[in-house]
Amino acid sequence: MTTATTSPAETGKAPEKAHARSPLAALGGQNLSLIGALVVVLGLFGALNENYLSWSNIQVIAEAATITGLLAVVQTVVIICGGLDISVGSQAGLASVVSAMAFTSAGSDPYLGMGAALVIGVLVGIVNGVAIVYGRVNPTIATLAGLAAYKGVAQLVSDGRAQGYVLNDPVFVFLGRGKVAGLPVMIWILIAVAVAVHVMLRYTDIGRNLYAIGGNDTAARLAGININKYLVAVYALIGVVAAVAGILLTARTGSGQPVSGSEGLELKAITAAALGGCALKGGKGGVGGTLLAVALLGALENGLTVQGINTFWQNVAQGALLVTAVVIQQRRNGERAVGLPH
Amino acid sequence: MTTPGTRPPTPTAPGTGVAVENVVKRFGAVQALGGVTLTFPPGQVTALMGENGAGKSTLLKILTGDHQPTEGRVLLDGAPVSFASPQDARKAGIRIIPQEPEIIPHVSVAENVYAGSLPRKAGRRLDRAELRRRIHADLTRLGFEKVIDPDQIGSELTPAQRQLVEILRALTGDAKVIAFDEPTSSLAENEAEALFALIGRLRAQGIAIIYVSHRMKEIFRLADRIAVLRDGASAGVLDAAHTTEGEVVRMMVGRDLSSLFVRQDVARDEVVLELDGVTTDDVTDISLRVRAGEVVALAGLMGAGRSELGLALAGDRPLRSGRITLDGRPLRLRSPKDAIGAGIGLAPEERKAQALFLQRSIRDNTSLVSLERLRRMRFVRSGQEKAVAQDFSDRLRVRTPSIEHEVRKLSGGNQQKVVLARWLLRRPKVLILDEPTRGIDIGAKAEIYRIIADLARDGVALLVISSELPEVLGLADRVVVMQNGRITGELDRTEATEESILNLAMADDLAPLDAAPAPAADRPRTDSAHGGPR
Repeated sequence: MTTATTSPAETGKAPEKAHARSPLAALGGQNLSLIGALVVVLGLFGALNENYLSWSNIQVIAEAATITGLLAVVQTVVIICGGLDISVGSQAGLASVVSAMAFTSAGSDPYLGMGAALVIGVLVGIVNGVAIVYGRVNPTIATLAGLAAYKGVAQLVSDGRAQGYVLNDPVFVFLGRGKVAGLPVMIWILIAVAVAVHVMLRYTDIGRNLYAIGGNDTAARLAGININKYLVAVYALIGVVAAVAGILLTARTGSGQPVSGSEGLELKAITAAALGGCALKGGKGGVGGTLLAVALLGALENGLTVQGINTFWQNVAQGALLVTAVVIQQRRNGERAVGLPH
Repeated sequence: MTTPGTRPPTPTAPGTGVAVENVVKRFGAVQALGGVTLTFPPGQVTALMGENGAGKSTLLKILTGDHQPTEGRVLLDGAPVSFASPQDARKAGIRIIPQEPEIIPHVSVAENVYAGSLPRKAGRRLDRAELRRRIHADLTRLGFEKVIDPDQIGSELTPAQRQLVEILRALTGDAKVIAFDEPTSSLAENEAEALFALIGRLRAQGIAIIYVSHRMKEIFRLADRIAVLRDGASAGVLDAAHTTEGEVVRMMVGRDLSSLFVRQDVARDEVVLELDGVTTDDVTDISLRVRAGEVVALAGLMGAGRSELGLALAGDRPLRSGRITLDGRPLRLRSPKDAIGAGIGLAPEERKAQALFLQRSIRDNTSLVSLERLRRMRFVRSGQEKAVAQDFSDRLRVRTPSIEHEVRKLSGGNQQKVVLARWLLRRPKVLILDEPTRGIDIGAKAEIYRIIADLARDGVALLVISSELPEVLGLADRVVVMQNGRITGELDRTEATEESILNLAMADDLAPLDAAPAPAADRPRTDSAHGGPR
């Protein structure tokens, strides 16, 4: 790296550097330990039950993890910029109900149903963002309020029951049950969203600015980043992706589900992001780690179910995992054990 | 009421106050104090003066147990003492009243005063009757009963009352020595008056008082003795009754400039930045101009409003009135984004808190404000980004094995160079450097001075905020001095000396203070301090 253009800010040509980092180093220690844990989980349940590692069960795991995965990917984005969204599950539930009901009342037009859900998603996201940014509400509190309120709205419009029936429509059937190149459509959607978010975080100036906002908001502001605009946009993005998750929920179950199917997804999403290496105070994390954590959680959940372990215990395991992930993070950061953490 | 209302003004115990003997304090390789011997006798107010960095804070911290001396000893009433912690010093009777005392917001003054040793009934319940009895007894004994209401809630207290609570904490703990660290910086005039009256009373009670302040008028009103520190050593002790402001200032300065500075004359005629009557919440009526290639230093004491002015120019503080013109065009800065777009850069005072992303690489930190020039569509052209970041990192001699290293792993000087690299890459027309060399070693300082000189040669208009006078004198083509949010003078390079700058920086504009009527010490205070005529 000795050559350097002599004129300072010349932005014309610069020598491309071949950067050959070893693939292991590129993965990072956090991801390696996740892969290790995943191998252990797969090996353990595979040894206990021969069907666990069958291709059909792996597809079951993947499909079950898709909706969590979508929410975890966008949760990663908001955590990177120092926020949090615990209303994602309720947002997905609301979108699910809206998609099914709009579909029905529009005379079985699937695109109208999905469009309505996406619009609601954007609106709900903007409401979250505006409350946080301009209302100066702590993100946890604002979205805790959203968690309750959006669930309530979903129950109000649906009367608290599953609404509509969409499995007479080929588009919904394709989304929920279809396959492309041997993989379920739902998985393709997750891959598409994850790749798009990954590219945004990793290779665009938008991503740089999001990391900057979460890393040091004062410095980000003084570096000319419009923090407010970015945060509202991030919450709107969450709304859209949560709406996609809600639509998939409708397509999977055949009808709009106000609560069942979406409740508790926020916990899974946040757990996956934290396990995947997102620093909960912002500035750090990535899609890769989150997806690995989603896979780990999915494999664990499925394995426990296959082994016939009570779902209540699964909740306990999930809560314990979230706290453990954060404890490990704080240890690594050398956080001192005095007073309340930030 | 068992205790008598007043006490004869005699010391509680015959003592000789507190003294330091040949105290040396080193932080690593840096020597903050180099053999200081000073006495603070009881019943007297000793003012402790010196420039920023002369060692005043270090000395106070040694006296109050925050630091331990590397060599030498502290004597209390003639006996050597050694404090492992501020608690130790407090127990021995040495108290410091900080500028902003810790006040528990939701409890009463009485509970604040006795926090940590509240009277209890069985079962750890607060004994309110005993608390009330005790606070009234103490207030009466100390003559404070009309000054503060013990039932007032912590969060409602004014800065002056907060200090009063801290003073009460000190006095109820039988303090022998009380140190005030710039106590009036957050006080309004009438509050300051009340404080002065109180200090007079403490002195009459035989307490040794250490008073740190930059305000000459206050010093000459209050102090019996003036101890001056310079470069970590005692420059002498003056009898306040027989000295002058000029003599004190002379004693505070008077050292030769180092040869760290690159002297050059590259200022051109065209004015790049012009401020006309700029007023914000913190500064008033600031007018100045900076030409291309010119280095203008903003001098003044801490709290003079210089950093706030820098933030206003960087678009981070709204203007109340006035005008900022860049290259002859008036600017409207609603955010830092506007300022950067117009060509104004700021390397802020607190580089870790305000400028750097410690978890990110040198490359990311360098390119952040220039990303719009380094992207195609919205994709960062990483090859080009790496090349320019490497180039600037090399030119500024950032000592790191790779530009992919996290910034938090760098030393302070190298971190500052990364901040500078960010702006060099951006090429602003105006660059504001707030304390560019604070906390970095001498070698890195010299390098940063060289970078500043290079920038000036390239025609950048530079505004350097610095509290280090040798730096101001070494760098500046012109020195603008501020105090209390206003410009108190402007000195050409030929006129600027440490003495002339200090005189302007301390030109006390508390003029009405002398003419003020009898202090309002024993009247309940009213909040009339703000918005009064200046």
